[in-house]
Amino acid sequence: MRAIGIVLAGGNSSRMKELSNKRAIAAMPIAGSFRSIDFTLSNMSNSHIQKVAVFTQYNAKSLNEHLNSSKWWDFGRKQGGLYVFTPTTTPENSYWYRGTADAIAQNIGFLKSSHEPYVVIASGDGVYKMDYNKVLEYHIAKKADFTVVTTDMNEKDDPSRFGVISTDMDGRITSFEEKPIQAKGQQVSAGIYIVRRRLLIELIEKADQEERYDFVKDILIRYKDIKKIYAYKLDTYWSNISSVESYFRTNMDFLKPEIRDYFFKQYPDVYSKVQDLPPAKYNAGSDVRNSLVSSGCIINGQVEDSILFKEVYVGNNCVIKNSIILNDVYIGDNTHIENCIVESRDTIRANTEYIGENGQIRIVIEKNERYAL
Amino acid sequence: MIKKEMIAMLLAGGQGSRLGVLTADVAKPAVSFGGKYRIIDFPLSNCINSGVDTVGVLTQYQPLRLNTHIGIGIPWDLDRNVGGVSILPPYEKSTSSEWYTGTANAIYQNLRYMEQYNPDYVLILGGDHIYKMDYEVMLDFHKANNADVTLATIPVPLEEASRFGVVITDEHKKIQEFEEKPEHPRSNLASMGIYIFSWPVLREALLKLKDQPACDFGKHIIPYCHEQGKRIFAYEYNGYWKDVGTLGSYWESNMELIDLIPVFNLYEEFWKIYTKSDRIPPQYIAKDAVVDKAIIGEGCEIYGEVHNSVIGCGVTIEKGAVVRDSIIMSSTTIGAGTTVDKSIIAEGVTVGKNCELGIGEEKENKVKPSVYAFGLVTIGEDSVIPDGVKIGKNTAISGITEPADYPNGLLDGGETLIKVGDRE
Repeated sequence: MRAIGIVLAGGNSSRMKELSNKRAIAAMPIAGSFRSIDFTLSNMSNSHIQKVAVFTQYNAKSLNEHLNSSKWWDFGRKQGGLYVFTPTTTPENSYWYRGTADAIAQNIGFLKSSHEPYVVIASGDGVYKMDYNKVLEYHIAKKADFTVVTTDMNEKDDPSRFGVISTDMDGRITSFEEKPIQAKGQQVSAGIYIVRRRLLIELIEKADQEERYDFVKDILIRYKDIKKIYAYKLDTYWSNISSVESYFRTNMDFLKPEIRDYFFKQYPDVYSKVQDLPPAKYNAGSDVRNSLVSSGCIINGQVEDSILFKEVYVGNNCVIKNSIILNDVYIGDNTHIENCIVESRDTIRANTEYIGENGQIRIVIEKNERYAL
Repeated sequence: MIKKEMIAMLLAGGQGSRLGVLTADVAKPAVSFGGKYRIIDFPLSNCINSGVDTVGVLTQYQPLRLNTHIGIGIPWDLDRNVGGVSILPPYEKSTSSEWYTGTANAIYQNLRYMEQYNPDYVLILGGDHIYKMDYEVMLDFHKANNADVTLATIPVPLEEASRFGVVITDEHKKIQEFEEKPEHPRSNLASMGIYIFSWPVLREALLKLKDQPACDFGKHIIPYCHEQGKRIFAYEYNGYWKDVGTLGSYWESNMELIDLIPVFNLYEEFWKIYTKSDRIPPQYIAKDAVVDKAIIGEGCEIYGEVHNSVIGCGVTIEKGAVVRDSIIMSSTTIGAGTTVDKSIIAEGVTVGKNCELGIGEEKENKVKPSVYAFGLVTIGEDSVIPDGVKIGKNTAISGITEPADYPNGLLDGGETLIKVGDRE
């Protein structure tokens, strides 16, 4: 493909509550076996983008661990590769990334030294499949300066998390409101942009001189009427996970056969880091219904309408309902967990009860001593 | 200069004919095991876990699956700048061209592969056992004894020792005598077919016996070294070691993985077993599904019942199907309403709806009674079983079968149904 990729994975969101204490949103585990950045990275790889930069800043440990090798997404190539850029201090600069545009500005050399004519910019917290070549074709056909991928917002979602967009008949964006209190329409930005590399360098450098640091606010919205900014509508599944509710809902979507079929069985595949865990094991007394179970799990109790991530141990006589249990959690015997998200590497004591009440999802963080079996 | 202290040569060319239709299209080391693994994953993982990063894999019989599985060795971290994994098939030479005629002959034909690494020691492995073993500890034993050859041995019950090649040692574990399948064994230390040779000793023996037809380690090389007065030692291994050479032992060792605390534990962090994972997604267990006592691989969709079984990756078990005491390998589909009892079903098989597998009395198989025994139904890879048929015990099926192949909708116990011909 004639483009390089930029993944904006620096962010944190207070809407993720305690879950973001541990990791950047891009590293949030999704659908049992994946991390949210896997979707964007796989899309880039499947669109034949060979050179990808990931900009990260907030709590990057988890993300860096996940990206410790580029081979899982097939980026380990002589031509191209996967680059992780965290802020560094230089004689000219001693700031953290002050915004998305600043993150690109601080690494402008990456753009300047590339030769591909286009850049695909995508956030690392979207769950979707997409061939960016189609967007690029559209971008070229429309002779656009920028193309923004848009999608219809889920009616349960809060518009103040999104950039709300309206367009004219041709698809050119006429209004772009970032995180409005009240949305004028359903069409929102999916946080995926295509732009010519030289134009991006020019606008980023200009914004930097003017001390403007946000890509959406200071470039897209500011240049909306001067530059031709088009909307490309994505009509397949897309979900953004940057709040606890949407994170929970997105995971639970994978209990639907059509969503699993779309992501897991249809071409192309979504890739992730391979961990070489043994198959899941069901011992006598296990009773699992309408649930996703990942490799390395050992189950002795009851699990219903839930998602077990990798290496979860469920003790005898446990009842787990409508919950998400993240990686490497040990649940002692006779424990009841309902409407919860249990944080990874937790150890839940035997004979305890955790229930999210009144339709609220409870986040459980329990750092107890774990005894080996 | 390139230098590796010890390199491994893994013999993976055998058919494993006692596995019947399971090895009709794949070499035995490439047969699935334990849901997501293949048999060769165990010696390959042992190599990398033991610090052996140069492995020559000798292939001959049906190598396609092995070649695609191993690739450049990424899953085992055997993709190296120097060394790593190399697949070594037999090749044409200007003077002569021959297949690998025996285990040692295969190694002899790859002398140049070994020479380029300047090894001090060469480890000879087979690709047909399930075990976890630290070859480095065996090498330390070899060095401590100043040995020329070290054989890995395992104590077996004396009454079973007559099935093995046994060794008789002195009190320092130096081997005095060998007995091949003795009627009255004088020792219970059985050879595991794993050898460490000091390189000059191996090289000399291979060159000396290069004209020996079907040159074999057990039959020719080791006896030759013994005659020459070389120091041959028996390293005693005391862990889990399982031969999966017959359908019965293959079925049994898979079933052992389901035990509450299996003797062979795949869940320990220490000494991981690596494999090429084709599938990443989690498995889905539906609302009406029942799963108890089972291990299940990635990406499965279970709508029916699974009891006491090993299920590979990407398997679909449709609604109302019941699978008991069986091994179902990757990408197979079991149709709605079908009952599967004590069966081994290979990869990519489609079993139709409302079938019954493993019914009736045990009858001896008419074609290969010693292979298709143990009361098992064995179905070869990419086979198709039509809707509504009944299949008895000690049977084997391979190929795309049609209702007409089942008189009165039944394949009676002891029958073999193999449809040959090119697959479209």
